[in-house]
Amino acid sequence: MTLELGLFVVLAAVAIAGAISLILARHPIRSALSLIVVMVALAGLYLLQGADFIAAVQVIVYAGAIMVLFVFVIMLLNAGEEERTSWSRMAHYAGIPLAIYLTVQFAWWVADGASALGLPTAPAESESTRRLAHLLFREFVLPFELTAILILVAILGTVVLGRRES
Amino acid sequence: MVSPSYYLTLSAILFGLGVIGFLFKRNVITLFMSIELMLNAVNLAFVTFSRQWSELSGQVYVFFVIIVAAAEAAVGLAIIILLARNRQTLNVERINLLKL
Repeated sequence: MTLELGLFVVLAAVAIAGAISLILARHPIRSALSLIVVMVALAGLYLLQGADFIAAVQVIVYAGAIMVLFVFVIMLLNAGEEERTSWSRMAHYAGIPLAIYLTVQFAWWVADGASALGLPTAPAESESTRRLAHLLFREFVLPFELTAILILVAILGTVVLGRRES
Repeated sequence: MVSPSYYLTLSAILFGLGVIGFLFKRNVITLFMSIELMLNAVNLAFVTFSRQWSELSGQVYVFFVIIVAAAEAAVGLAIIILLARNRQTLNVERINLLKL
């Protein structure tokens, strides 16, 4: 029990630290690496909740494929440090505290509302991946096929966008 | 057993940080990464509720969200490359073609 709570605290702290570092970093590569840290920490949290398959997909697709694409584009465009631009005075003095206040307030509302939930009654699924496959290829087979079309359209769109007009 | 409210609070905090990043960053690529952070926060809430109600369809939704995020990243980054090629900048303040 305490081991699970300890793991949760460590992973949550890593995730929040990564997210804050994403915002504070001035170089996009540092932001991308921070985001990878957040995603790996979230994969650990999924494992903690018994979602093995989603944890694996999170690491392979998100931290692997998508973030490699990001890093690749950053390198390709040779994106340097973020330019500092002058904000309006109001944005400078009211914007940042307001944004932090709204985030804290939002988290507070969620914590307040979710405290009524209580612990899950059923034990964690032992064969969650097998059950997930049954769901995915029986009840959700039509949406699953639709995502194949979506990916095809995305590939075509990328090819069309990336083509140089001659 | 960790209470689901902890997970949901973490999810809310990450979503808020994603919104802050989206509002305050100036680089198009970093804006895009903030969107990915928000998607991840929502996925965490999905998995938490899936565990809470022992309903695996929540994890199926997470799977679909990841697929859509992959497609979105591919198209979005192609658009960013085009932007950088045509306007020679990644700063959102300078990409103001549609601004009055």
